[in-house]
Amino acid sequence: MYLGSKKDKYLTIVLFLAPAVGIFLIFKLAPILISGYLSLLDWDILRPFSSAEFIGFENYRNWILGGELFVMLKHTLTYMILYIPWIIVLAVLEASVLNQELGGLKLYKICFYLPVVSSWVAGAIIWGFVLNGKYGYLNQWLSLIGIEGPNWLEDPFWAMPGVVLAALWKDTGFYALIVLSALKSVDKNYYEAATVDGAGAFTQFFKITIPLISPTLFLLIIFNVISGFQIFEPVFIMTDGGPANATTVVVERIYRYAFRIYKMGYASALTWILFLLILFVTLIQFRFEKKVNYDR
Amino acid sequence: MIDKRKIQRIIFYIILSIIAFLVIIPFLWMISASFKSNEAIQTIPIRWIPEEPTLEGYRSILGLSNVDFLKAFYNSIAYSLLRTSGQIIICSMAAFIFAKVPFRGRNILFLMVLATMMIPGTVVMIPNYLILKNMHLLNSYTGLILPSLLEGLYIFILRQYMIGIDDAYLEAAMIDGASLRFSFRKIILPLSRPAIFTLVLFGFMGSWNDYLWPLIVLSKKTKWTLQVALGVMNTQFGNSYHIMMAGALISIVPIVIVYIFTQKFVEEGVTLGGVKG
Repeated sequence: MYLGSKKDKYLTIVLFLAPAVGIFLIFKLAPILISGYLSLLDWDILRPFSSAEFIGFENYRNWILGGELFVMLKHTLTYMILYIPWIIVLAVLEASVLNQELGGLKLYKICFYLPVVSSWVAGAIIWGFVLNGKYGYLNQWLSLIGIEGPNWLEDPFWAMPGVVLAALWKDTGFYALIVLSALKSVDKNYYEAATVDGAGAFTQFFKITIPLISPTLFLLIIFNVISGFQIFEPVFIMTDGGPANATTVVVERIYRYAFRIYKMGYASALTWILFLLILFVTLIQFRFEKKVNYDR
Repeated sequence: MIDKRKIQRIIFYIILSIIAFLVIIPFLWMISASFKSNEAIQTIPIRWIPEEPTLEGYRSILGLSNVDFLKAFYNSIAYSLLRTSGQIIICSMAAFIFAKVPFRGRNILFLMVLATMMIPGTVVMIPNYLILKNMHLLNSYTGLILPSLLEGLYIFILRQYMIGIDDAYLEAAMIDGASLRFSFRKIILPLSRPAIFTLVLFGFMGSWNDYLWPLIVLSKKTKWTLQVALGVMNTQFGNSYHIMMAGALISIVPIVIVYIFTQKFVEEGVTLGGVKG
């Protein structure tokens, strides 16, 4: 293709890519190296940087042997085990219903998506009140059917399930849209053939729909594992890692150590542990990803 | 047969309505509580319609001694507009080169940009804070916005879109002696409008709801965004639920209005970007 003079072309390339490349170098590439270096230092930000001490992998050792890391990972795992199966089930349910040929779906769609566009801060504040043991509507409704609801966010056992409830409310609409677009791409001929063979709706759903959208579901699980490692707002706002440190999670700890206790080196080591965890999950994904044609 | 279909439809509508009910209830709860007095919030059983509706919660918010809520609202608007327009300008320029202007090393560069999508924001958070500190850009909107101006996903989506624009348009302008910059402004950008509009929406929503990064960069009260201000209020008035609900409502309403008017584009954008948090 003819693109005018060489001079104009190269001038434009430099001009147009300079901002993006500049930001890439300063705020994306350099930080990875810097945080790697920081993680090998004993330094809190209140002391001048010159007094920072190089301690090798001491920070990592302290994280791994200190016990706090495994408590965090246990909380994160609890969150994922409670959250991921439900988010998949709810998103598939919501998407399947939205996939029917019914009138008035647009209004439902808008409604389902409202929590997604609302901020997590506001959502967490609302749910903090919803889950209030005494005045929240959830426990009052539970008492109507004779169940005495727990003091959700004040109870070490029930705090994480409370966070999960809020997260399910917040995220389902988003994943439902993604599942819906997968459902829309399923070839209708399969269903017609199955109907001719006398397969019922349930059989069709479990034998045709689910297998055909399984690549999407697999991606959603991987994606939710990766973002599950990084939950922050709901925990930070609703429980602040409490009660009695029952909901401490990785990003919340990174924030606390870096910007509350100012242990920059120690916190950087935790960011790298997080990074490696996420990398590990991504590699598993590549390893197991069957060669599927994504019809885009 | 007809009856069976009818029953099926009714069942689907019932399922839809149950989900809708569960989704909406927390919002109604928020609205209801925001118009109650502090005492009315603590009535058992719950009265969903406030007996004596009051603006106490809203008045308290505007009269807080340590959080300037109106200023925070204004800051959020400024942050969202500035960040979004910056992102679109920088990403569309880069996308144009990656889509239409070949040069040696272009693909490597593009892959590097895409690789930034793989880096969790948490990893670069601490170093970026220190970099801004050394640049004396903490507590400034320049500093707050700078690191997020390069958005790998936006470049990817815009590039895809621009590749789909017929080369003939560009070539005709170039043969007429236009400069590449002119062709970009007058031909490629206008033709990319649908993609740009979708990304503007996502950029705006993302900025409006952003929390952790502004929380770190903005320590001065006068600079706080709405989300940061809400977070601070929550630690202080966590138990004055009517105030907190009023605050949450004020922060949600603008974005919900934007969403309702642009619902179709948002939906397309989510499908387009696939899985992206």
